[in-house]
Amino acid sequence: MNHSTNEKHILSVLVENQPGVLARVAGLFSGRGFNIESLSVAETTEPRVSRMTIVTKGDMGVLEQIKKQLNKLVDVIKVVDFTGKESVQRELALIKVHARPENRAEVLRMVDIFRCRVIDVGTEYYTVELTGDEGKIGAFLNLIKPMGIKEIVRTGALALGRELK
Amino acid sequence: MEMLTGAEILLRSLEEEGVDTIFGYPGGAVIDIYDRLVRTGMNHYLVRHEQGAVHAADGYARASGKVGVCLVTSGPGATNTVTGLATAHMDSIPLVVMTGQVPRGLIGNDAFQEVDILGITRPCTKHNYIVTDVEDLARIVKEAFYLARSGRPGPVLIDLPKDIMGMTAPYKPNGEVNLRSYQPTYRPNLRQLKKVLPLIREARRPLILAGGGVVLSKGSEELTRLARKTVTPVTTTLMGLGGFPPRDRLWLGMVGMHGTFRANMATSRCDLLIAVGVRFDDRVTGDIETFASNAEIVHIDIDPSSIRKNVPVSIPVVGDCRLALEILNNLLEAEELDQMDEAHGPWLAQIEEWKSTRPLAYEQGDVIKPQYVIETLCRLTRGDAIITTEVGQNQMWAAQYYHVDKPNSFITSGGLGCMGFGLPAAIGAQVARPDKLVVDIAGDGSIQMNIQEVATAVQYGLPVKVVILNNQYLGMVRQFQELFYDRCYACTDMECAPDFVKLAEAYGALGLRASRPEEVEPVLKKGLGAEGFVLMEFHVEKEELVYPMVPAGAPITEMLLV
Repeated sequence: MNHSTNEKHILSVLVENQPGVLARVAGLFSGRGFNIESLSVAETTEPRVSRMTIVTKGDMGVLEQIKKQLNKLVDVIKVVDFTGKESVQRELALIKVHARPENRAEVLRMVDIFRCRVIDVGTEYYTVELTGDEGKIGAFLNLIKPMGIKEIVRTGALALGRELK
Repeated sequence: MEMLTGAEILLRSLEEEGVDTIFGYPGGAVIDIYDRLVRTGMNHYLVRHEQGAVHAADGYARASGKVGVCLVTSGPGATNTVTGLATAHMDSIPLVVMTGQVPRGLIGNDAFQEVDILGITRPCTKHNYIVTDVEDLARIVKEAFYLARSGRPGPVLIDLPKDIMGMTAPYKPNGEVNLRSYQPTYRPNLRQLKKVLPLIREARRPLILAGGGVVLSKGSEELTRLARKTVTPVTTTLMGLGGFPPRDRLWLGMVGMHGTFRANMATSRCDLLIAVGVRFDDRVTGDIETFASNAEIVHIDIDPSSIRKNVPVSIPVVGDCRLALEILNNLLEAEELDQMDEAHGPWLAQIEEWKSTRPLAYEQGDVIKPQYVIETLCRLTRGDAIITTEVGQNQMWAAQYYHVDKPNSFITSGGLGCMGFGLPAAIGAQVARPDKLVVDIAGDGSIQMNIQEVATAVQYGLPVKVVILNNQYLGMVRQFQELFYDRCYACTDMECAPDFVKLAEAYGALGLRASRPEEVEPVLKKGLGAEGFVLMEFHVEKEELVYPMVPAGAPITEMLLV
């Protein structure tokens, strides 16, 4: 077994849209000591099926157990592991940042460079909507931090496999 | 279409599943079900505590191979089933446990006898349901039984809100269950099995490790065929006892923390380990790094998550154990295996030497030795009884000295290690097998955990025999304290116990006692020969230890021996 890596993995889990299914998945992770970095759930095109995107951490042995244990849950239809696969990943963040008269221009410049949008404007704060992969969001947060972040909310990663070209 | 109430639909669905036996305890939330239940032909066994009901259903399932069924009320009735559910979950026993629930309108209101039993039991059931629409009821019951018995078996819980039991709906029997999200793999991959053939051909020190999966899949005959054909010795886990004939020359006894010297040594030295229906529990492997470290490991199991969970495996085979063994045996028919006796000769000789130099042993002196009681019990019953055990020293001595001849005959809480299991499990086993002698091997501590179930056995005339090895200690914990905690017997002294003979009499049963070695056989003979329920108490050596013993986490070759 490979115990050398402890990297992030994105799992896409299709589940029966039943009451309690989120508790089953979350309980599995906590009960077995697995790690959840982020988790997002919503219906798919088929209303009876939901898709959970779970970002987890662990070596390949742990990842194998996570996938097997997820598959063992009766409500889990399919587990897709994006490790080593081509996929597109996005995350949405809403960031409420200090925008005093002296740094408003800088905030707007950042917004422009990162191609995000200001979606709410107040006398002291702007709320910025940003989508991108983890790296992009991290970079934006780093740059904007000195101006003062009041609040932030992130969806966690979403992912889909890439179509072969 | 026929219109029935929820309670009637429930019972009709149970009948469709062939259920004729229920262990349970009534209460407000299930009163409608009980009201209809007594009008069916089903046998209901009223236990004295809901934990007893689940363990009895569990013992029934293990002894019969059928799904055990249990019915209890909401709130405390439901929470009292949790230990039994966890026991069955760890040992993969098929159960359907039905719990009452407050009416739907009251759920979440902290109503009287309300508890979120679904939330509580999610991690200790294979699956659980709450019925929120009477029209789903028949389907859910069907699915619950299917889930309980298929794939890797396990307990399934159905929570039944009271108002639904009184509602009326059309009843239509359900057809086959088809769950797109649940498709267990029974048929193993042939290519994987073919990879085992050269390993078998080339191995010089092969060993089979058989577990509960062999018993659950009814794979004992195929296992025996494989072992004999390839002249491969066999060791089993606690859960695998009965899965291989104990009087066969290839039998090594149990492996693990209290395994035999030869089984532990063989596991450590083998060059091929064929593991069938096991999950490599820490009580089996000891130190993982040194476990079977010289061997190629083939692991056959129906649950993919058991494979590579604890030990690295050379050839994983996912599938039903019996089927996999059968296919493997058929593949081996085409092989030239005549020289196996010769090729494995030195290995078998080595094992024989381990056996003769370090056998299981004890010395019977002036005080009764617990091992002597069990050995005598085994001799008198010719290994033909169904044995249930409690947990602790009694369980380990039972495993070491009572050699059950057949599968489904050694009924013990292996994974959870649940004290109080043996007596109610024996009641369930006796209900399942009225023709058989059923004996619960108990300690003075664990028998008191569900002693109230004596009343159940007496009420239904179930002739269970209980052997209490009374050492006035919580013996296994005391053993750990003696060996690893400087003999500080913290809270393991159980001097105050009831007079078990009088206790049996108070329940209307026969109680017997042996205090001296020469009384052991007469008491056993009298007790086993008596009609009805019998409690036999044996005053045994207070500080006897279970040997061999591997300290927790040590390599299994590092055994403390007599």
